[in-house]
Amino acid sequence: MSKGVIKMEALFEMRGIHKSFSSVQVLKGAAFQLKPGEIHALMGENGAGKSTLMKILTGVYKADSGSIKVKGKEVMFTDPKQAEEMGVAIIHQELNIIPKLTVTENMFLGRQLTYGKTGFVRDKEMKRRTREYLQRLGVDIDPDASADTLSIGQQQMIEIAKALSKNAEVLIMDEPTAALTDREIEALFKIMNQLRSEGVGIVYISHRMEEIFLMCDRISVLRDGSFIGTEDISETTIEHIVHMMVGREIGERYPERSSKIGDERLRVEDLSDGKKVNGISFSARAGEIVGVAGLMGAGRTEIARMLFGANKKKQGKIFIDGQEVAITSPSKAIESGIVFVTEDRKHQGLVLGMSVRENLSLTNYKHISNYGVISSKKEEELSEKMIKRFHIRTRDPEQTVKSLSGGNQQKVAIGKWLGELPKVFILDEPTRGVDVGAKKEIYTMMNELSEQGVTIIMISSDLPEVLGVSDRVIVVHEGRIASILDKSEMNQETIMHAATGGSSNGH
Amino acid sequence: MATDKKQLSSTLQKLGPLIGLLIIIAILIIASPNFLTLNNILNVFRQVSINALIAFGMTFVILTGGIDLSVGATLALSGALTAGLLNGGMDPVTAIMIGLASGAVMGTINGVLVTKAKIAPFIATLATMTIYRGLALVYTDGRPITGFNSEFFTMVGGGYFFGVPVPVIIMIIIFAVLFFLLRKTTFGRNVYAIGGNEEASLLSGIKTGRVKIYVYALTGLLASLAGIILTSRLNSAQANAGMGYELDAIAAVVLGGTSLSGGKGWIVGTLIGALIIGVLNNGLNLLGVSSFYQQVVKGLVILLAVLLDRKKANS
Repeated sequence: MSKGVIKMEALFEMRGIHKSFSSVQVLKGAAFQLKPGEIHALMGENGAGKSTLMKILTGVYKADSGSIKVKGKEVMFTDPKQAEEMGVAIIHQELNIIPKLTVTENMFLGRQLTYGKTGFVRDKEMKRRTREYLQRLGVDIDPDASADTLSIGQQQMIEIAKALSKNAEVLIMDEPTAALTDREIEALFKIMNQLRSEGVGIVYISHRMEEIFLMCDRISVLRDGSFIGTEDISETTIEHIVHMMVGREIGERYPERSSKIGDERLRVEDLSDGKKVNGISFSARAGEIVGVAGLMGAGRTEIARMLFGANKKKQGKIFIDGQEVAITSPSKAIESGIVFVTEDRKHQGLVLGMSVRENLSLTNYKHISNYGVISSKKEEELSEKMIKRFHIRTRDPEQTVKSLSGGNQQKVAIGKWLGELPKVFILDEPTRGVDVGAKKEIYTMMNELSEQGVTIIMISSDLPEVLGVSDRVIVVHEGRIASILDKSEMNQETIMHAATGGSSNGH
Repeated sequence: MATDKKQLSSTLQKLGPLIGLLIIIAILIIASPNFLTLNNILNVFRQVSINALIAFGMTFVILTGGIDLSVGATLALSGALTAGLLNGGMDPVTAIMIGLASGAVMGTINGVLVTKAKIAPFIATLATMTIYRGLALVYTDGRPITGFNSEFFTMVGGGYFFGVPVPVIIMIIIFAVLFFLLRKTTFGRNVYAIGGNEEASLLSGIKTGRVKIYVYALTGLLASLAGIILTSRLNSAQANAGMGYELDAIAAVVLGGTSLSGGKGWIVGTLIGALIIGVLNNGLNLLGVSSFYQQVVKGLVILLAVLLDRKKANS
């Protein structure tokens, strides 16, 4: 499992790639090179052109100009199938798995083995091969299992197996760890190491610096569609990479703050949903940032949704400023001063087809309407103000949220709650899939709010983030609070220990 | 600027149905000398008014991502109820109010089934369509209710106001109110938001269940208004009135460019859609096309409109 880069002809090389969509130039001289047996990170802020570059490589888009060589041969794919035939496979962040089909059926989707040219499928043979490919990856998944019974991590393994079954030599992975548990990430990394030793080249797109420095051999950075540079991981630092990405110093990743912690703001007593979450009790004070850590599926989101009235609670009491509040719906929670930024901004946080203005208005009717009649003038003023205040990069307020970059979508999803100061602000994975620059802006926003006395509860799977931002950490394990750690007690080990139930030493 | 271009193309997309209507009108003006007469135009509008009122409500339902198949039956039951009350000696204003209220109640039932019982709108309103129609048969005993001796009631469907048929005036007033409701109020905004993303709307604090119940109630109310106008105009209420009207209303909404998946569309389009259907019916009549062929043409126009719409959306 050496990290050494084998000196060989590049698997692919892209140079001087230019691409415009209507009048917007997305790529201006982008470049990338991948060697056999290396894991090469592709980094850049949201909107830097990473996805577009990879879509050009795989034939989804056609470059306006530039050269692409795959294994020394000049190519310009016009169809993803052609890329596949040349051994280039991509594993998207949103997996291409059909839930109700079995593992085998997913593996052979669209290319079933048949008896000659008949329509009769060779079930046994396909199953055998599926088993073989999965074994090669060292994963134990039943080929007959329905895909929707598998975890996200397992589904991802199937996608990788599928790519390998097509003899892929280039594997592009777009944010592969975003939805995985730590254990699944570990399994994925093992497989990536194995593939590297077999000579497969992996393009690794991620915002998680720690993972990149752990796994990758080289790192290339794009900024505003231009190629900035390629560095050997062993010879660079996180600070340098961040500098390359944003083109300026952004200073500390987690901005300093002087927390002014006040009186008890939120108290939760014995909260249960009768299903996943049991006996949750904790309190949080004004101006405090409480991190909520735990493994994926531990019940953190369920706790947040109950506090917000989006999930029904079976028992338990919620107090705000010492007063018990009856929260039966999100609108009641909002009235009580509790607001919630969901982890899934696309499906739960935003109305994607609506404009930035309209999305910002949905939670701020109070400020823009009288007796249910919206004042266009007030509405425009509000959206202009918010776009400025939260640095939302949008052409104008009428742009649909769908067409914003991930980081800017997240700023809308967060900003829409800040038309007035909430009492308790719950954020579920607020920086997932968001680039460094936007991340820092989100942390700064949280700090400013806490300084104004808002209680912030931040659920995050990113341990450095939890450690960098929180005053205290609540660790959830299998639907219960395993531990509440003070600033002096919290570190990676204590959190992982509690998150895994204390049964293992984490890893 | 790109934005201007985008706005222009979106305006053009919105204008699509209008252009279609104008083309049909232009053809009819050339083909039939009787088309462009004041009498005929007023006639078209009067015929359109009933479908338009139903389709206005349907627009709201479809914008939330739902559908209401029970509007035709609601029309029949409310019309029959109003007629029965009138013949029982009730004063017309009260009878009309009760008729309208019955429509709102039927709509509310639909809304409750969709939001509280969580039955898919198609199924829920398919069931209530059958129930309301059945109740209309029970109430009328299968016989028409006729012979109203109220001048006021006859005015509702058959009267004129400064030369304009009363149903047309009603339609225009309702249109203006609904246009305002959708465009300028939080309720209207919520309707679009729910159709765009119901979960995100709920999590933004919108009382999505309540909004949807209001929407179905509004649709029921408008269907009953259409029922009362129809009863007045025909001077008769029948249990099988308004058969298939739900489909004409859906057709008008779709012709107007409103997306069946919700969240996108506008009520002006629906008015144009209803006019397209009305003008087409009228024109084909004037040209002496058999009513059998008229149906074929209507279906083809719907297909054509949807295909053109998709082409625009893709380009």
